[in-house]
Amino acid sequence: MKKQKLSVKRILMYAALLIAAITFIYPFVWMIGASLAPLHEIGTMTLWPAHPSLENFRSMISKIPIGRSLINSLLVALFTTSFVLITGSTVGYALAKMQFKGRQLIFYVIVFTMSLPFQITLIPNYITMVNLHLVDTYFALIIPFAVSAFAILMFRQAFQGLPQALIDAARLDGCSEMGIVFRILWPNIKPTLVTVAILSFIGSWNEVLWPLIVIRNEQLMTMPQLVTLFAVGGRADSQLGVKIAAAVLLALPVMIAFLFFQKHFIQSMASTGLKD
Amino acid sequence: MNTGIETSSKKIRRTYNKKWLPYLLVSPYLIFVIIFVVFPVLFCFFLTFNKWNIISPMKFIGIDNYSRLFHDRLFWKAIGNTVKFLLLHIPLQLIVSLLLAYLLNQKIKAASFFRASFFMPVIVSGVVVTILWQQLLGFDFGLINKMLMGVGITKIGWLVDPDVAIYSIAVMATWKNVGLYVILFLVGLQTVPTQYYEAAKMEGATRWQQFYHITLPMINPTIFMVVILSTIGGFSLFIEPYIMTGGGPLNTTLSAVLYIYKQAFQYYNMGYSATLGFFYAIMIMTVVILQKKIIEKEV
Repeated sequence: MKKQKLSVKRILMYAALLIAAITFIYPFVWMIGASLAPLHEIGTMTLWPAHPSLENFRSMISKIPIGRSLINSLLVALFTTSFVLITGSTVGYALAKMQFKGRQLIFYVIVFTMSLPFQITLIPNYITMVNLHLVDTYFALIIPFAVSAFAILMFRQAFQGLPQALIDAARLDGCSEMGIVFRILWPNIKPTLVTVAILSFIGSWNEVLWPLIVIRNEQLMTMPQLVTLFAVGGRADSQLGVKIAAAVLLALPVMIAFLFFQKHFIQSMASTGLKD
Repeated sequence: MNTGIETSSKKIRRTYNKKWLPYLLVSPYLIFVIIFVVFPVLFCFFLTFNKWNIISPMKFIGIDNYSRLFHDRLFWKAIGNTVKFLLLHIPLQLIVSLLLAYLLNQKIKAASFFRASFFMPVIVSGVVVTILWQQLLGFDFGLINKMLMGVGITKIGWLVDPDVAIYSIAVMATWKNVGLYVILFLVGLQTVPTQYYEAAKMEGATRWQQFYHITLPMINPTIFMVVILSTIGGFSLFIEPYIMTGGGPLNTTLSAVLYIYKQAFQYYNMGYSATLGFFYAIMIMTVVILQKKIIEKEV
C-alpha cells in the first residue's frame, strides 16, 4: 500500500518536470520548424511545416549580410576570449604567487570594479571610442572586454591552489615567468580555463547593447546586433519567417555547442553565482 | 612569449629578482582599469554638469541636469517600470527555480536531461528569446492567445495592454534565467546533510515541515544570492523591451537602461544621459548594498 502511494507521488513529480521541460524546449523546436515554414503556415502550433523549405533563409541572406555578421561575431568572441585568458592568468598569477606592495589594494580594486554597474561607464566609454577613432572597428568590440575582473579572480583562486614547488622547479629549469604561467600552470588548471573560456565566449557572443552603440557599419555588425536591427528596423515586418530564421541562425551555434559540452556549460555558468 | 631552455641560471636570478616583474604582470589590468573604469567614472561625473551633443562644444550648465532628472516624469516612470518588473520577476524566479531544483533533487531519473532543458534558454542570446516570445505573445496571431481562444478564453494583450506588458516581459525574463538558478539551488540543496532529514523523519515531521524547518534555513545563502543576481539583472533590462515593444505601450515597458540609451543615441543628450547613468548606477549600488546588509542581519 505504502509503495503504491509513493509511486503515485513519483509519477506526479515526473509529470511536473516533464511539463516544465516541454515549456523550455517546445518554443525552440517550434522556432526551428517555423523558420522552415512558408508564411501562411507559421502561427500554428505544429512543430513541423507541411511544406518545409529554406526560402526564409535564402531571403534573409539576400537582405542582410548575415554570413559576414557570423564571421564578425566569431572573430570578436575568439579574440576577446583569448585576451581574457591571457590577461586573466598573468594578472591572476601575480596576485596569487608573488609578493609585492599594493597587491591587496589591487585585489580590492578588482572586487570593487566587479560590483560597479555598467550604466555608469556606458556613455563615457562610448565617448572614449569616439575620441580614439575606434567606432566602427573590431577594436571597439574587443578592447573594452579584453580584461575581465571575474577571470582574474578565477585564475587567482586556481593558482593559489597550486604548490609553490611547481613554480620553483620551473624557475630552476630556466623557465621564463610567461613560460611558467602558460606551460607549467595552465595544464594544471584546465577546469578553470574551460570555465573562463566558455563564459567569456558566450558573454561576447550574446553581447548586444555595446555593439548597438559602437558599430554603425552593417558590414562590421555582430550577429545579435544585426538580427536585432533587422527585427526592429521594419525590414522584417512583413516577413515573420525571415525574422525567425535569423533568430534560429543566431541560436544554433550556441545550442549545438551546448549539446556537446552541456556539463561544462552548466558548471561554468553556475560558478558566476557561486564565486561571490 | 617564451624563451625556453637556453636561459642561464644568471638570467633566472635576474628575472626573478626584478622587483618590477609583478607590476609588469598586473600592468595590463591597471591600464585597463584606468581607461575603462576610473576615467569613465570621473568623466561621467564631469559630464553630469554639462550639456553636450558630441558635435558642438560642451557647455557648463551647473546642476541643471540633476534638476531635470528629478522632474523627468519619463525617467521616474522607467524606474517604476523596472520596479514593477522586479516585483514579479524576483518572487517568480525564486519559487519556480526552487521548486524545479527541489524536484530534481529527489533522485530523479534523466535528471541531466531535465537540467539541460531548463538551462537551454540561459545560454541563448536574449535577442533570440525575445523574438521567440514575440511570436508566443502576439495579440492576433500569438500562439498563447490562440490556445486561450481554443479553450474559449478571450485574447489577452500580452504586449499591447499597458497594464500587462511589463509583467509579460517579467515572465519571459524568468523563463530565460530560471535554469541558472535551478542549478544554484541544486548545489545549495545538496549541501544539506541527509542526516537532518532522517532525524526529522524519526520525529515524525511531514515533508512540508522538513522543507520549511530544515531545507529553507540551510539554503538561505542561495536564496539571497538569487535575489541579488536577479536584482542586478533586472536593473539592466534593455534588449527585451527594445525589440518587443520599443518601450511602449504608453511607455509602460520603458526600462531605465532603454531610456538612458534613447537619451544618448536618439536625442544625443550626452550630458543628461550621463547624469541618468550616474544616478541610476548609484541607485543600483544602494539597493544591492541594502540587500546585502539585510542578508548579513538575517544569516
